[in-house]
Amino acid sequence: MSGQRCAVVGIGQTKYASVRDDVSIAGLLREAAVRALEDAEMVWSDIDAVVIGKAPDMFEGVVMPEAYLADALGAAGKPMIRVHTAGSVGGSTALVAASLVQGGIHDKVLTVAFEKQSESDAMWALSRPIPFAPPTLAGAGGYFAPHIRSYIRRSGAPADIGIKVAVKDRLNALKNPYAHLHMEDISFSKVEESMMLWDPIRYLETCPSSDGACAMVLAAEPIGDAAASRGARPPAWLHATAMRSEPTMFAARDAVNPRAGQDCAADLYRQAGITNPRSEIDMAEIYVPFSWYEAMWMENLGFAPLGEGWKMVEEGATALDGDMPINCSGGVLSSNPIGASGMIRFAESALQVRGMAGEHQVPDCRLAMGHAYGGGSQYFAMWLVGAAKPG
Amino acid sequence: MSTSAGETRVPVMEAPNVLEFPFSRSTGPVIGAFMTALRDEAKILGATTATGKVIVPPLEYDPETGEATTGLVDVGSSGVVTTWAWVREPGPKHPLAKPFAWALIKLDGADTALVHAVDAGSPDAMSTGMRVTAHFKPEREGHIRDIECFVPSSGSAGGESGTPSGGVRTPEEVFSSGTAPNEGSADASTGQADEAPGPVRKISTPIELVYRFTAGRATSRFVRGLLDFKILGQRCPSCTKVYVPPRGSCAKCGVATEEEVELPTTGTVTTFCVVNVPFYGQKIKIPYVTATILLDGADIGLFHLIQECEADEVHMGMRVEAVWQEPENMVPGLEAIQHFRPTGEPDADYDTYKEHV
Ligand SMILES: [Zn+2]
Repeated sequence: MSGQRCAVVGIGQTKYASVRDDVSIAGLLREAAVRALEDAEMVWSDIDAVVIGKAPDMFEGVVMPEAYLADALGAAGKPMIRVHTAGSVGGSTALVAASLVQGGIHDKVLTVAFEKQSESDAMWALSRPIPFAPPTLAGAGGYFAPHIRSYIRRSGAPADIGIKVAVKDRLNALKNPYAHLHMEDISFSKVEESMMLWDPIRYLETCPSSDGACAMVLAAEPIGDAAASRGARPPAWLHATAMRSEPTMFAARDAVNPRAGQDCAADLYRQAGITNPRSEIDMAEIYVPFSWYEAMWMENLGFAPLGEGWKMVEEGATALDGDMPINCSGGVLSSNPIGASGMIRFAESALQVRGMAGEHQVPDCRLAMGHAYGGGSQYFAMWLVGAAKPG
Repeated sequence: MSTSAGETRVPVMEAPNVLEFPFSRSTGPVIGAFMTALRDEAKILGATTATGKVIVPPLEYDPETGEATTGLVDVGSSGVVTTWAWVREPGPKHPLAKPFAWALIKLDGADTALVHAVDAGSPDAMSTGMRVTAHFKPEREGHIRDIECFVPSSGSAGGESGTPSGGVRTPEEVFSSGTAPNEGSADASTGQADEAPGPVRKISTPIELVYRFTAGRATSRFVRGLLDFKILGQRCPSCTKVYVPPRGSCAKCGVATEEEVELPTTGTVTTFCVVNVPFYGQKIKIPYVTATILLDGADIGLFHLIQECEADEVHMGMRVEAVWQEPENMVPGLEAIQHFRPTGEPDADYDTYKEHV
């Protein structure tokens, strides 16, 4: 990885919930940001720059968050940047913040992503009719369900893989106090019997609608060193960062296994000198809004050979005690403040290598992946973070 | 059949596109207290800061320091215009139907200025430094528009009315001090709990954006073709793939597509979804099937409905054909095709469409 070393020294999350009507959007972000500052042992004046991200504007109707939220994020007199890459935005926001440190521009950057789905209707925002354009007909699930059906046909996966992922992630969520869904009674039959919304996607195979925010403080090497020497809240070191994108519609596009995702992962592994990601990476937090996408992304990320991602699910490899734990936090399937969902993946991967993931900690986690995707599987953002500095 | 679409310029199609949605905002405690005091007390609150300033309208966080503001204080309902702009022709959403001034008004006791409308009759009656007084609506709902507008203060005495009073309050004190009791409060001594609304915790902030949407050349030709019962695609000069609907360019090759190709109305279902969600604006009975249909001769799937069969009969490889709208129901868009329906032909061989699955 080129540039200066960068460390995650502070992480803050709100409790994710269907409605946080006790706070304004500003108050919601503030909660996460204050927790990240406390974790970093910093105050507002320590921060050099602020980078924020959120979902597409009509999702909650804030079209200039960089203006409205400057007060709440202590950004007066500092650079304030807004990032916008659909559902992957939480990940790409973190990467833009990291680039300011890696490029030697700033030493301490606060990055925050949020969503307050309760103030609007994301389904509506995704399904706006546009004159002359083909009608969207069925919302987000209606877009992704045919790709899942294609994956099942191509891989010959058994029909219950999506159910198994949905159960696994909700069980993991029970170990994460910040998770939105805490379904004590989750079971295979409960998921199987839930309503088929967008066949082959059942209700409990989809993500919830959440309010919430996530924040991180990213810092230059000396600050990471200081956090390491204090010891109580060690840093996570960035080992690799990558983003890729591709158009939604072009002939011969593979929407099931998008080229942009493959290229993004390959770039990540090249930077970190990784040749066997499944054995060299200890865990990953990946963006799985519909349960089948865990199996699909296993192949896209090179954790499994083509057509065999579902076998990792079937074998239990992606469970908390498996050899490649995926979404130990409960993932997007358990908490989905859309604009923040990508950043939560990045933050949770950092918590793992810091040894601070609590009950959902993977033992001796040294290297972890954060992953986000957005749009029609067209934006990808990823990072690798380690307990030790990159070599 | 191929013709060059690039030779003649045809006018592009246009249509209104209105984005409109009523967002429901949680106010949070500080803005909620401001709204509640407007409604219940006809008073304007400012937020106090650790550095001793008063911010009006109140903010949750001090823009200068980033620290949380410390409390709420009544400021005057009169103040000084610090700058202004005259609106000759009020728009439909402006607070006043007659010409007025947008002004920044520094209320007595405040350190920052509030933006609001001033009803002065004419721009000649406006000046920087003039004193104005808030005119409250008799019926108030907990909104900045509970102040209908500001008006020029009548004489020096009137101008001094409504000076700041009282001490610093917390949001909770504001919520419980008005004519309306706090819904969450144990203090129901006013005995009006049934009728009175609680503190203002939510406000509706509708957004409306009105656009004139321009389709562009490729879409215009495609849509005009549909109105003629023709499906017109375009072939990429570089990779030779046929796009439908055409986008005027090939996103893979990054080149313009101009060669027009008329496609048949028959094709193959490559993948699909059975929809059971009764979603916003839906006109079709659930369950219904949306499918990616590879028209014969096209290289990219078209997303459309499959009807005239049971949802569970739809499958990959099924042969389908377009059903056009009746001429009197024709609409400029892909809805010119009502839906696709099975042709009854044998299924397409998987190898013929597997690249599109
Ligand atoms: Zn091409």
